[in-house]
Amino acid sequence: MDAETAETTAPDTATDQAAPTRRAVIGWAGAGLALGAAAAGSVAAATMHEAAPAAAPGIDSTVDIPFYGDHQAGIATPVQDRLHFAAFDVITKDREALVKMLKEWTKAAAAMTAAREVGAGATGGLPEAPPDDTGEALGLPASRLTLTVGFGPTLFEKDGEDRFGIKAKRPEALVDLPKFPGDRLEANRTGGDICVQACADDPQVAVHAIRNLARIGMGVVNVRWSQLGFGKTSSTTPEAQTPRNLMGFKDGTHNIAGTDAKSLADHVWVAPGDGQDWMTGGSYLVARRIRMTIETWDRTPLKEQEDIFGRSKLEGAPVGKQKERDTPDLSAMKEDAHVRLAHPDSNNGLMILRRGFSFTDGTDGLGRLDAGLFFLAYQRDTRKAFVPLQSKLAANDALNEYITHVGSGHFACPPGVRKPGEWWGQALFG
Amino acid sequence: MPARRSTAATLLTIAVAGAALAGCSKKDDAASSDAVKVTASDSACEVAKTSFPAGAVELSVQNQGSKSTEVYVYAAGDKIVTERENIGPGTTVSIHAEIKAGEYEIACKPGMTGDGIRQKITVTGAAAPAAKADPRLAAAVEAYRKYAQEQADATIPVVTQFAEAVKAGDAEKAKSLFAASRVGWERTEPIAESFGDIDPKTDTREDGLEAGQQWTGWHKIEKSLWADGAITDDDKKLADQLVTDLKDWQSRIAKAEITPTSMANGAKELLDEVSKNKITGEEDRYSHTDLSDFAANVDGAEKAYELLKPVAAEKDAALAKTLDAEFAAIKVLLGKYKQGEAYTSYDKITQPERKAFSDAVNSLGEPLSKLAAAVVTG
Repeated sequence: MDAETAETTAPDTATDQAAPTRRAVIGWAGAGLALGAAAAGSVAAATMHEAAPAAAPGIDSTVDIPFYGDHQAGIATPVQDRLHFAAFDVITKDREALVKMLKEWTKAAAAMTAAREVGAGATGGLPEAPPDDTGEALGLPASRLTLTVGFGPTLFEKDGEDRFGIKAKRPEALVDLPKFPGDRLEANRTGGDICVQACADDPQVAVHAIRNLARIGMGVVNVRWSQLGFGKTSSTTPEAQTPRNLMGFKDGTHNIAGTDAKSLADHVWVAPGDGQDWMTGGSYLVARRIRMTIETWDRTPLKEQEDIFGRSKLEGAPVGKQKERDTPDLSAMKEDAHVRLAHPDSNNGLMILRRGFSFTDGTDGLGRLDAGLFFLAYQRDTRKAFVPLQSKLAANDALNEYITHVGSGHFACPPGVRKPGEWWGQALFG
Repeated sequence: MPARRSTAATLLTIAVAGAALAGCSKKDDAASSDAVKVTASDSACEVAKTSFPAGAVELSVQNQGSKSTEVYVYAAGDKIVTERENIGPGTTVSIHAEIKAGEYEIACKPGMTGDGIRQKITVTGAAAPAAKADPRLAAAVEAYRKYAQEQADATIPVVTQFAEAVKAGDAEKAKSLFAASRVGWERTEPIAESFGDIDPKTDTREDGLEAGQQWTGWHKIEKSLWADGAITDDDKKLADQLVTDLKDWQSRIAKAEITPTSMANGAKELLDEVSKNKITGEEDRYSHTDLSDFAANVDGAEKAYELLKPVAAEKDAALAKTLDAEFAAIKVLLGKYKQGEAYTSYDKITQPERKAFSDAVNSLGEPLSKLAAAVVTG
């Protein structure tokens, strides 16, 4: 073949597509991470996902979500349809190697969220070398891909060791989560030094993103566990139809909307003075893999199902009300109803921003669906949000008969990367 | 052994002329104008030119059939020069290879089975000069050939002892020699695989058998020794056959095609072998001597790297630094499981320990995959 010719051929198709767009376009329209009423219920709610319709009104899947900004994308961003979440362990003791990887990750993330290939691309490198980009997203738009990074407690300190000289920077809010009643956490689905949440409207794009980051990280990090999710269970876009969870109920009717600046400031973003300065503008993420015992739930009478949630199944109306968004009368619900326990009115106005997804990882070897809710919640201070909420739900929620928390992670998600040249964790390590 | 024995052979011949091929930036896998067009269908394999000059050759394969196909270029004796699998219906792919003057066959395999539909081709003239001749690289190739020869020479007496024990019905002695008889082979496996016909006879696992293929070699005897607990008359014949086949291997190393690229990619291939078959315990599933093979694969990869390092480090110092560190780390990890000459039985290795091995292999294999480019570019 003619090498010269080959060298100069064909434009980079992937690069040509999907230019980044203005953040404004994002369409807060629906943005609203579920938190709210049910939301609060959220935890629980989370428990019950809300599945969302593929394209909510006001969301344009062809408009890329900007990577750069004061806050990380993927939190207040209108929830995408698909998830690939990965928790990594750092396997090097070399701080410089970790920093170098975070810089490379940031560059790759900026490229992939704009539908560009990683490094020299999937075919643009030397023929003798493996391609920098794995290639399965060639020709695909960014599909509203967001990549959100977080740092787990063990990154700061593990077995008493200050691994990377950042122990003193561990935020107080980044607590080791307590053991909640009923937790059956599996080691291979729990913890992690670093997490990356990849959300996109196309699962191939989300998987490509995690795969390429994992590859870049080899020698520095390894994947401790990961989770695929579909059918968002909380919408951050109140105008859109509230998604249903795998139990068939609308959940997270009252989540925090992505456009609700006040609620975001009050409940989601870490404010100056809250603690470690490097976290200002960031948020704390709790991830829980909540397995549903689908088969027994399906044998439960309708009336009992509705009592457990405190909402009607078809409309999602609170007990005694007609419409989904009617103000709930909590006292009309059973004392252990999920919505009643989780509602902000039962929790001093407490809200968390839920962003969970349903999951079905095939069957469990006993012929039962290995399915449930992959609960993701963002909050300003986990000690004042998820921990008290989940303490209450774990002890009282009628839903507990049908759900089990089997995986867990807690991560400090720093503020956004504001411009090219900055990198994930810069304020922490820099 | 690898699921596909052709891989290493491919590596041995692909593009030494790295510099010449460098920088293909096409996104669509479409062919350049000098490509030799191959039109594959479910019933035909048409090659646009049956004679073309030696050197860097590009085949542009269009699959017009309804089934996925494979395309191979075979030298005499079905030695694989290059191949591409899984070419889907309606797709066009480019295959690049460094082909020397000589007679070859191109085979299309619709449905990806069988001997394929074949077309003879002639490659003429002298190859264009490949990589700029760096005398250090030529020296590295010869040193590596010498190493491979030494490994083979050292293997024959051990495998002969192993065969004698099998023939004598001495299962315990045979078991004690099994892992040792494989070390030289495992260290240099990409070369053995490049011959195409030896590896299927000596190192096939039961699930790797093709329809009608008789199961011979190490792993058949391994199964008899450990799983069946009985040496059959057939096994005794297979033991002799194994020695014969390995002597064939020993005699062919002098003529093996070795290039700096194939050495580098061969090193990567060895780590791929570990990743795919040893980490899972599939390689030596009856004897559980996987860690011995694992260590031998790492030894062989490191040897190739050490020989290429003077050139590689000059072109990519950071890569060399990483590889030095990762080779050291994986050897420390393996060392924890070594008792005398033997390694811990792999069925005693816990899942977390297997994960640690997997992480170490990924940590080494990923940078090792960049060695070939570092050697040929510049």
